[in-house]
Amino acid sequence: MPDNLNGEDEVWDAVVVGAGPAGAAAALALAQAGRSVLMVERGPFPGSKNVYGGVVYARVLDEVLPQWWLEAPVQRWVTRRSTMIMTGHQALTIDIRAQKWGEAPYNGMTTYRPDFDAWLAGKAVEAGAELVTSTVATGLIRDHHGRVCGVHTDRPGGDLRARVVIACDGVNSFLAKEAGLLPAADSAHHTLGVKEVWSLPPEVIEERYALGPREGLDIEMLGCTRGIPGGGFLYTGHDTIALGVVVSVEGLARAKIRPEELIADLREHPAIAPGLRGADLKEYAAHLIPEGGYRTMPKLATDGLLVAGDAAGMCLAAGLWLEGVNFAIGSGLAAGAAVTRAIRSDDVSAKGLASYRSSMEHTFVLADHKRMQDAPKFVLSERLHAQYTGLICDMAERIFTVTNPVPKPRMTALLRRTVKDHGVRWRDLAKDAALGGRIFR
Amino acid sequence: MSVDPQDVDPPWRLPVVSFEDRMATVEFRVGERAHIVVDSEVCRSCTTKACVTACPANLFAQTADGGILFNYEQCFECGTCYMVCNSEGALTWTYPDGGHGVVFRNG
Repeated sequence: MPDNLNGEDEVWDAVVVGAGPAGAAAALALAQAGRSVLMVERGPFPGSKNVYGGVVYARVLDEVLPQWWLEAPVQRWVTRRSTMIMTGHQALTIDIRAQKWGEAPYNGMTTYRPDFDAWLAGKAVEAGAELVTSTVATGLIRDHHGRVCGVHTDRPGGDLRARVVIACDGVNSFLAKEAGLLPAADSAHHTLGVKEVWSLPPEVIEERYALGPREGLDIEMLGCTRGIPGGGFLYTGHDTIALGVVVSVEGLARAKIRPEELIADLREHPAIAPGLRGADLKEYAAHLIPEGGYRTMPKLATDGLLVAGDAAGMCLAAGLWLEGVNFAIGSGLAAGAAVTRAIRSDDVSAKGLASYRSSMEHTFVLADHKRMQDAPKFVLSERLHAQYTGLICDMAERIFTVTNPVPKPRMTALLRRTVKDHGVRWRDLAKDAALGGRIFR
Repeated sequence: MSVDPQDVDPPWRLPVVSFEDRMATVEFRVGERAHIVVDSEVCRSCTTKACVTACPANLFAQTADGGILFNYEQCFECGTCYMVCNSEGALTWTYPDGGHGVVFRNG
């Protein structure tokens, strides 16, 4: 790769900062529309800086990459999905198995981001986009009207000119911060994910988790974070188990607990530990997640600049649904299409780029976020984590504990007693149940 | 000789992984420039020192004089430290130069 980008000579239709799923999708859409587009990636290859919670739902690619499943770098197709509510010594699991999810067009897949992101960026390159790696976009270039018209990079002669810059530079997006679209720091609306990847032979994974070849399991957990708002996860790869926790950054700082201690709890939990017997640690990783949802999303377009993916807070952390990569791809495709339209009508001002947002209001990207806008507050609430998980587990344990010769207690009496034992106020319980009902209706 | 059942590890107990071994599983292409700089003077007046416990790579250590000692080499570039930092000017946070820093394989 040349050291000198000779960027001054060329004006790209679009420079996309970050070759993750948002950036690759934006570049793919632009290249398919015949526009000149350059992706700038700071890592040595796309995906090298990325970590996620394990499942990609890729139906969003149907239109731009028909039959993507024939070539996407899949570890396993998720055919089992569990939600586990736990305390240190209990676990209540809701487990769904759907064989249909293991057939085309599939539902969720486990994959590693360094594989998946590199594959998707490669599809953009095949379509005609250019990719430059190992290059940091260090700041925005503005014209004399203050409109964004390029980025500075850390390469000699590395100023890149573009009609539109698409910032897909991730959760810490320094470009969106420089543009004044995101606050400098916002610990209240971010979570930290830490993940351990453990090696095990594929057939051992299939036996322990009751899976067929290529079939995968996704477990989402609640109540395993010592009362810090957040949760845990376990995903099966082909020959690995990914185990981790996601916790509120604010809550973690306040609790003064080290993140790896939280995973250690999980690793030793009686519902998790037997599945990991004999495994070797392959990789440890950490990443931030934007969890503020619709209410904390930045303005998505200014003159000459669009923001997509994690940089735009496009992560759906709604408890029941935990999705990010599909939202990144969806916003990237929408950004690419909006830039194509703006260039065609020769207006790359915020007004000319406004179709980016409006187009997403009609698709899952903003519709799901808008509908779930109260979810982040609910799923990260202290009561849910510190009180309700224990209440639910105790209630379940008491229902199934046979107390002969004492006759079975009535459910209502059991519930009253359990609520009281956990110091939960009925008024709060009713309020939270109503809120939960409203969010997930 | 009888064995106290409390002394017997359950058969599924995983080996304890030291923090050094844990970090040794991660590839870092360490650059020459420290991408994060800590102004220890500012840290001295910080009462929480939340970075010390929150950093997943355990890169922040408290010094005897109440300051903060920081090592940038094994950084995940996650951003937790600047998010939890409440002392203005204590942390200067940038990305490592292009191609440097953490390289995940199973992220």
